[in-house]
Amino acid sequence: MTVVLEVRDLQEIFGAVVAAKDINVTVSEHEIIGIIGANGAGKTTFVNMVTGYLKPTSGHIEFAGRNIMGLPPRTITNLGISRSFQVPQVFASETVFDNLMMAYAITEESRLGLLSPLYNDERAARVDSHLARYQVAEYRNATASTLPQGIRKLLDIAMAAVSNPSILMLDEPTSGISVEEKFGLMDIIMEALRQDRTTVLFIEHDMEIVERYVSRVLAFYQGEIICDAPVAEALVDPGVREFVIGEEYHRTRAANGNGIENRGQL
Amino acid sequence: MRYLDKTVVGLSIAFLVLLFADFFMAEWMRFIGLQSLARGAVALGLLVLWRTGLVSFGHALYFGFGAYAAAMLTLIGFHDAFFLVFAGTLAAGMLAFLLGFLLRRYRAIFFALLNMAFSMILYGVIVKTEALGSTDGFSVLTPTFLGYATKGEAVQTTLFIFTLVFTYIVTVGVHLYLKTTLGGMSMAVRENEIRVEYIGYSAEKVIHVKYVFSGLVAGFGGAIMALAIGQVDPDSMANWTVSGEFVFITILSGIGNVGATYIGALVFELIRTYAFEYAPQFWQFILGGSLLTIIMFLPDGIWSVFGRLRKSEKAPNQ
Repeated sequence: MTVVLEVRDLQEIFGAVVAAKDINVTVSEHEIIGIIGANGAGKTTFVNMVTGYLKPTSGHIEFAGRNIMGLPPRTITNLGISRSFQVPQVFASETVFDNLMMAYAITEESRLGLLSPLYNDERAARVDSHLARYQVAEYRNATASTLPQGIRKLLDIAMAAVSNPSILMLDEPTSGISVEEKFGLMDIIMEALRQDRTTVLFIEHDMEIVERYVSRVLAFYQGEIICDAPVAEALVDPGVREFVIGEEYHRTRAANGNGIENRGQL
Repeated sequence: MRYLDKTVVGLSIAFLVLLFADFFMAEWMRFIGLQSLARGAVALGLLVLWRTGLVSFGHALYFGFGAYAAAMLTLIGFHDAFFLVFAGTLAAGMLAFLLGFLLRRYRAIFFALLNMAFSMILYGVIVKTEALGSTDGFSVLTPTFLGYATKGEAVQTTLFIFTLVFTYIVTVGVHLYLKTTLGGMSMAVRENEIRVEYIGYSAEKVIHVKYVFSGLVAGFGGAIMALAIGQVDPDSMANWTVSGEFVFITILSGIGNVGATYIGALVFELIRTYAFEYAPQFWQFILGGSLLTIIMFLPDGIWSVFGRLRKSEKAPNQ
């Protein structure tokens, strides 16, 4: 498979704190990768560096053959790497429809095209189709600030996906979502992204979500990747068991026959 | 026509009514009207910024720059109103373009006060420049209109029509601009700059464009004011209190509609004129009290009255 993202020797140092150290990752097209690790392990720092939110101290990031180190977020987004946030970044006082309308307009227009009307019927139809795909059509006219957390997360991800990116990085898509809702939410997200053939990297603390949706795992510990392997191997890796997911999860998992019925948050 | 833009229709009706009224207006009414249009234009520039979540305490910078640019051109022999207003507008826009590279990096109180700082630099330069009349300023000769020189009462009548036509064009232009993708980004930047960046556009660039827009419109207002009162001086053109008046008018108007700024400017002029005439010792008190009343009862400005009326019309009968 074609390599779309290559990260080599990436480091991020904040004073005396080494937030990321010797990060080496290669991502191929259409992969679904889970990024796991305890709080402060460097997961979000990694995503922030790749998407331009943080400028790495040293290293190399190549996307589709182009060096993207130090580029601003908008340039990286326009090249094809988009992201969502742990705290949804939406236009809070606007409706769901207007949020997506703005996202579509900014994505579709450039230069003099920016002086064309924001609203047109064709764009509105595309927004409605997008709303339907992410199953938030019933909230079309609701103000974003009034949405339930799960729907706001969906809106954030739907906005990130408007540009049809090659790579979408999701920062804890199920955090703050109830146990009953999280699988439904992930099904909607992953189905929409599968249709778009988007490469997905998502940060997740819930190992059941990781087991169900990803093919490969990057496990972070103290700023380093301690395991980069297919999900089945990664979850039994001694380092991952000790520093990331804990032994208790394995005991429960073994008792349930590796099933996904265990809904414990780790 | 698929639909009529209510704002454009409203502005067109107001334009035609004022155009017709110009032939019957008393001199003092026309003078207040001219001042309201000029100040309303500056408030329109502030509205564009305000919708982006930015407040400027220094837009007298562009008002004064536009006014002085137009007035200085009369000193070297240019007297055509079209050229003077165009030049004043363009000069202010260019200044906004240059300063915008710095100011687009700041937000909130830093943005507001940096604008004030720049306006006070202009004020200081003018006050210290004897060639520009220092604190007294200098007179602006009566303009011509495409070579046609008016006399007597016709000067103000023609100037009013001239101002009305261009104010209409500018206001409709700003309204249509606000409905474009770039115009709509005001909301996006105000609400969430991070998301704007992660959709793929520069929030700073959006702010810069809006800043230039507001500078152009403020410069237009300044040039009109210079021609309307036939005089430029630093205290009434570039002082920080003038910037305060523009903020006052914007709060008074609300940012719900581009036409509101002219209503706000007219209300401001009327309150100030009558307060000064009937209570010269307390006119500032009356002006401040009026603003306080508006903030308490109409926090979204005068324009919000129309929104409330529309809501009450739509509400079912009790």
